[in-house]
Amino acid sequence: MTIINFTPIEAFLGGLIIGFSVVLFYIANGRIAGISGIVNNSIFSNVNRFDNILFVIGLVIGPMLYKIIINPEINFNISNSIPLLIAAGFLVGVGTKIGSGCTSGHGICGISRFSKRSIVATLIFMISAILTVFIKGLL
Amino acid sequence: MRGIISLVCGIIFGFGLTVASMTNPEKVLGFLNIFGAWDPSLAFVMAGAILITSPMLYLQKHKVKPWFADNFSLPTFKEIDKNLIVGATLFGIGWGLIGLCPGPAIASLALLNINSIIFLISMISAFFIVQVIRR
Repeated sequence: MTIINFTPIEAFLGGLIIGFSVVLFYIANGRIAGISGIVNNSIFSNVNRFDNILFVIGLVIGPMLYKIIINPEINFNISNSIPLLIAAGFLVGVGTKIGSGCTSGHGICGISRFSKRSIVATLIFMISAILTVFIKGLL
Repeated sequence: MRGIISLVCGIIFGFGLTVASMTNPEKVLGFLNIFGAWDPSLAFVMAGAILITSPMLYLQKHKVKPWFADNFSLPTFKEIDKNLIVGATLFGIGWGLIGLCPGPAIASLALLNINSIIFLISMISAFFIVQVIRR
């Protein structure tokens, strides 16, 4: 096994910051910071719509703030294949909607609450994503 | 007050994602490439986050009320059903194809990258399609 581009300190620090956001959202507003759910509910649910929209706006302001106070350069390398982008976005949309969560809701919040559903979901989407990358590498 | 907290939490979340470089799809794909040249960073993000969030379970057990809401809104459904399994599988495939999940996809709007906007439009279209089919 080869290890590349490993940035443990930044990763851990970023994780602590994300964790702080999740805890604040929970103790202050009593809610789970699952991004797919927040985006979904900001569109389809009248309950807490204003809060959900503000959270989504904040999520976009976060990286802007990083650009201003830490580093104007943010690395962003994404595939250029339009069909692949459309297919991936679609699968992520359908999958998180019927599976009721994504990396944040199941992966961070759910695991912290020892939710059986979230632990199972996280294992499944991790394995499925790892296999996808593996198979794509063979093609 | 709830609105201000939501905005602030969104900002902190997006900031944390950027500090961890998780807004970069290449970084996420590096983590998923366990059988190739592996970048374990994402595991450290999860570990850092869960280290902070795990005391939530304590709050929940002791039924402390949230500051600005009447109660905690938590998922009540406990079954591991077909939807959860199929949904997580499809999400994993989409995540592995490009390296974007919903959080970083929204946060990357700050970078005005056309490819991530295409991804987002497709993701939100999927939300609409599932919503309509469910009705």
